[in-house]
Amino acid sequence: MARCDTKRIGLIVNPVAGLGGRVALKGSDGVAIQQKALLLGARPEAGRRTAAALKELEYLRDRIEFLTYPAEMGEDILRAAGFAFRVVGQIRGSRTEAIDTREAAARMTQMGVDLILFAGGDGTARDIHDALGLGQPVIGIPAGVKIHSAVYGTHPRSAGELARLFLERNDTRLQEREVMDVDEVALRSGRMSARLYGFLSVPVVHHLVQAQKAPSPVSEQTVLQAIALEVVELMESDCLYLLCPGTTTRAVAARLGLAKTLLGVDVVSQQALLAQDATEEQLLALMSGRRAYIIVAPIGGQGFLFGRGNQQISPAVLGLVDKERIVVISTPDKIFALRGEPFLVDTGDPELDRALTGFVPVITGYRERIVYRIAC
Amino acid sequence: MTMRDIPSERCQDGRPRLRRFHQARWDEPIIFELSRQGQRGVLVPQTKDGIRDQVGNVLETLPPGMRRSVPPALPELAQPHVVRHYLRLSQENLGADVNIEIGQGTCTMKYSPKVHDQLAASPKMADLHPLQDERTVQGILEIVYRFEQILKEISGMDRFTFQPGAGSAAIYTNVSIIRAFHASRGEADVRDEMITTIFSHPSNAACAKTAGFKVITLYPDRNGYPEPAALAAAVSERTAGLMITNPEDTGIYNPKIAEFVRIVHEAGGLCAYDQANANGILGITRARDAGFDLCHFNLHKTFSAPHGCGGPGGGACGVSRDLERFLPVPLVSRDGDHYGLDHDLPDSIGKVGPFYGNLPVVLKAYAWVMNLGARGLREVAEVAVLNNNYLLNRMKEIPGVTVPYAPWRRIEQVRYSWEELARETGVHSEELGVRAADYGLHYWTSHHPWVVPEPFTLEPTESPSRADLDEYVAVMRQVAEEARTDSAMVKGAPHRSTIHQIDHGPLDDPSQWAMTWRAYRKKVARSLSKPPEACDRCT
Amino acid sequence: MTQRRQPFVHPYIPNSVPQAKEEILAELNAESADEFYEDIPQDLRVVNELNLPEPLLSEHALRHHIDGLLAKNQSASELLVFRGAGCYHHFVPAVCDEVNRRSEFLTAYAGEPYDDHGRFQALFEYTSMMGELLNMDVVNVPTYDGFQAAATALRMAARITDRHQLVLCGTINPAKLSKIQDYCRPGLEVVLLPSDPIAGIPDLAQLESLVTDQTAAVYLENPGFLGIIEGRGPEFAALAHRHGALCVVAADPISLGVLTPPADYGADIVCGDIQPLGIHMQYGGGHAGYIATRDEERFVMEYPSRLFGIAPTAVEGEYGFGDVAYERTSFAVREQGREWVGTAAALWGITAGVYLALMGPSGMVELGETILSRTRYAMGQLEKTSGLRVRYREQPHFREFVVNVDATGSTVAEINDRLLERGIVGGHDLSASLPALGRSMLICVTEVHRQEDIDLLAHTLAEVL
Repeated sequence: MARCDTKRIGLIVNPVAGLGGRVALKGSDGVAIQQKALLLGARPEAGRRTAAALKELEYLRDRIEFLTYPAEMGEDILRAAGFAFRVVGQIRGSRTEAIDTREAAARMTQMGVDLILFAGGDGTARDIHDALGLGQPVIGIPAGVKIHSAVYGTHPRSAGELARLFLERNDTRLQEREVMDVDEVALRSGRMSARLYGFLSVPVVHHLVQAQKAPSPVSEQTVLQAIALEVVELMESDCLYLLCPGTTTRAVAARLGLAKTLLGVDVVSQQALLAQDATEEQLLALMSGRRAYIIVAPIGGQGFLFGRGNQQISPAVLGLVDKERIVVISTPDKIFALRGEPFLVDTGDPELDRALTGFVPVITGYRERIVYRIAC
Repeated sequence: MTMRDIPSERCQDGRPRLRRFHQARWDEPIIFELSRQGQRGVLVPQTKDGIRDQVGNVLETLPPGMRRSVPPALPELAQPHVVRHYLRLSQENLGADVNIEIGQGTCTMKYSPKVHDQLAASPKMADLHPLQDERTVQGILEIVYRFEQILKEISGMDRFTFQPGAGSAAIYTNVSIIRAFHASRGEADVRDEMITTIFSHPSNAACAKTAGFKVITLYPDRNGYPEPAALAAAVSERTAGLMITNPEDTGIYNPKIAEFVRIVHEAGGLCAYDQANANGILGITRARDAGFDLCHFNLHKTFSAPHGCGGPGGGACGVSRDLERFLPVPLVSRDGDHYGLDHDLPDSIGKVGPFYGNLPVVLKAYAWVMNLGARGLREVAEVAVLNNNYLLNRMKEIPGVTVPYAPWRRIEQVRYSWEELARETGVHSEELGVRAADYGLHYWTSHHPWVVPEPFTLEPTESPSRADLDEYVAVMRQVAEEARTDSAMVKGAPHRSTIHQIDHGPLDDPSQWAMTWRAYRKKVARSLSKPPEACDRCT
Repeated sequence: MTQRRQPFVHPYIPNSVPQAKEEILAELNAESADEFYEDIPQDLRVVNELNLPEPLLSEHALRHHIDGLLAKNQSASELLVFRGAGCYHHFVPAVCDEVNRRSEFLTAYAGEPYDDHGRFQALFEYTSMMGELLNMDVVNVPTYDGFQAAATALRMAARITDRHQLVLCGTINPAKLSKIQDYCRPGLEVVLLPSDPIAGIPDLAQLESLVTDQTAAVYLENPGFLGIIEGRGPEFAALAHRHGALCVVAADPISLGVLTPPADYGADIVCGDIQPLGIHMQYGGGHAGYIATRDEERFVMEYPSRLFGIAPTAVEGEYGFGDVAYERTSFAVREQGREWVGTAAALWGITAGVYLALMGPSGMVELGETILSRTRYAMGQLEKTSGLRVRYREQPHFREFVVNVDATGSTVAEINDRLLERGIVGGHDLSASLPALGRSMLICVTEVHRQEDIDLLAHTLAEVL
């Protein structure tokens, strides 16, 4: 029987994550790529990075019980680091695969964990998402190649630190963070392609260090409301507004008293919902003969505005909207997290992409803008 | 018996050992805890019989309810105990005079000459009433007038006011002038957008917002300053003005500044130059020559007046001829040998402060320039730049330190990053800064947001010697090394300061925060099962 | 092109010594500082030296020059000054100057609450002592002056109530009003309820007609600009509260030893200037503003200024300090913060704390009583002077009162000229700024004015009129 102040963490390590990166292969989904990487001399990064994250939890050792999976999926690392753990499942085949990640996550959640800590890349995040959805707090330890999902710490130590603070403090809350689907096949032939796949619940801790004066989650709510207020004030009665996926656009809908799908494109006019989770055809039909605005927020850890995977906001849809009627909204924090890297667009139409590049004034609050660059 | 050669023990292998510093630690109670009933710190002129016979018991003439029924619960201390208490607190404070204060980037913590403080303490400055007849204050009026001429020459601007209390107040004053300018042309409603940059002092954005403007913020590109194309995307017929600093807090000079000004002017806006970072460019380049319409200086930074724990400082706003009429009243004018206060500005924005500004600070700034002259100001700027670049070279040698944007030269300050060290050790910039306090040093990280991750910003000014700079670098190197070898110790710092690590939790919790002793006592009492015991014989 | 100028060695610039500079240049592998200015375009460069006055290089010459200029001033030590109107000649205890001239305080700035623990504690003690004086639990780290404090207090009220109208009662210093109007220009409506010129105080019935459910604050000053002590404070506050508005009162802290603190009669936000508390007049350069409220989150979150709170440390029984709710401020969130915050007047806050600690309860009570007495005495003495009419006699006054000179046939300026010839600075001339009062002056009397001084004023006026 666990003592009341003992915390339970589920640890899931995807041992092949990041395998390809060091040998300049993009991604590591698929057995064939993994074998190629190993032949090229790649060593799995995930274990080492998980150990680095766990260092931040060392002094909480006595108060944490880990649930994990066998061998490289967590057991070996925890044993080496000296943490108490229980192995709660089995790896199905001779190699770890996505189904193991999903089963592990589902099982641990069912048994009851305060937090699921997982190491991997975008693929791993998708697997965790498929098993959990929203509600269960998760933190990602980055072990993949350039990660697009926003559920990971910036590096292993910060993931560990976030986990430690989440377990220690009362002033945390959960924030929906994007899980991205990166098309690795496209990636390997030189095309960047990512789409919004879903959301996971990630803790947001007010103070990352004891004196860091970072805005609190409460003020993040205030910022979202301020952005929403600004957008609604600017809405004209005879226009269509396409609200793209994400939490920021959801706040705009909330201001109008409307519920919004997190993953889909909803269409609003005269402050009423005309379509929810519209398809490209539905959008084109609605937009025909009417003035339309697209309200979009950057998605994922890399600031995607329009990705090839956004089947709804297709080049045809974008073609019906003047550049000035593409309204970009974002909390300031999301922009700062990009560390100066531009927003990205990849519509599938290179000419359209080029036309979209340049600078855009982003609505970041009530009567506040940040001018930021769009690149392709 | 051989004597010990103490000076030689201060060095090892040809370099100085680190200082075995410990800050004063008095464990000094809050002044209320030192209170003893009946003690008096100073006696007050009493109502003598001559007056009392005339007026009687004056307290009875107060309206009912306006006579204070219970005396204020101020502490009661004898005078020597007040002196002792505050002097102990002063010892627990690392003012710039006692430390190598190059860590407060953008604050220009140069040496504040003591002779200036003594001059400003003269009764002929300290005991002047601001509404005295002009004929009785010709001295201070002349000083103000002369200093205005000096700043006009340094900046190229046409008229100055010293009424703002410090830098942010000066920024607000300039914003208000811009607002008044557009209002005078009937464009108050149209021109409601103010442009600034993310590296500028937060007050640029905040003052504009306070004055009713929409704020548009530009982001730096890979060079560390915004591109003209970004500015072009931000300007429109709604642009009221641009508020920009150059060099920015990174210490990087934007060479396209004149183009920036041109872009905004073409859109019909005004340009205000935040010259808080002027120390490296005195006598090198001027605001007006780049086309700026307004500028401001911080007299307690570039011009050597002391910072006072956070004021009083001095803000000096300079404007072009066209904007003179909007300045706050009064201005100091000269008519032959007579200096006067000119209140006749019908288009003035009014007043930003009660009188004419912090004139003792103006006196100190004036004295500083009169002592150095043009050649001296040039020397100040050049040595500040040399010191800064020397420091940059030495800091770059420390493993774990990186310098964002072009790393080869800066003007007067540099924003560094500990990101590599943080990634390696898990120790953050603020924690490293607190550990530096154990060596008698300090640094400031950065304004928010931290565009540069794990930042720290150093500005040596012209005041330190090479040995000072080397000592600072040696401590930074030491602290970085400690982060690698004993990160828990660094994270638990400070260990040799006045107090130990603060638990910040209560400061954001309404049920625990306490901004006065009385609030603290109430909340503590509420959270304890029995009232705390007072010990009469302590202290 | 590199210019080799003559070396300029200066005591404030250690690396101006040629050998030191050479070493630095050698380390930098540079010929001169010019190389580091390469990013500055040539057409923006100053060509020659700035055209500034010849430097006074020796400290002696500098002193001589400045002393020579200052010698043209006559201070309140040499003249007998009966002027207030926002800046006051009170006694400054020696210990106040002793503390604020310590360079550990004078030259500190923005260190952490470790290396600058002394500053944090001194300011926390200042806010704590002000809290006792005001009977309120939250007091800010000082802002620039009482004008800023009032303007911010009013905008705070607007934010707290989410309303846009401000009703300002009584005769307000025109300079202060100009500041408030500039500061409240965006989105706020300032409505004035002047004092009745005959009674000297505003009419409550009229106030009732002005306050609506859009009123954010009812503002009054107590004592007022003309020195009148307002006894109907509770009624003002009640009226405001009845309409859901806040009551904002500006009060001089030096009066609060004897006068009821505004919080006790219903004020929600109290503000003012602490210059009288141990700070020299300095020709208007000694001001600092305070704002105080109850300890309620909705009030606390609207302060733009820093708020220092006490906190425990890792060691039992040890205090530390830090910023409360820092994310309110522009330091944390730029334009998303409340108004703005910057360097203001911290040293004066520390000084005021020293003053209050020296004075203690008894000192503040005695001081209040002595000022009240001297004010009343002065009113009585000037009343006896032919041609002078002391206004608002039936109202109680603290430190200042209005004297009308219409019956003398002279202007206030003429009278003050004659007084000045005799070494006396008369009352502040209100004729131009408050014409409703006729030709009037505002006389100020504090504890520094002895009975002989007041008698001299009365006597001299009698002579010159």
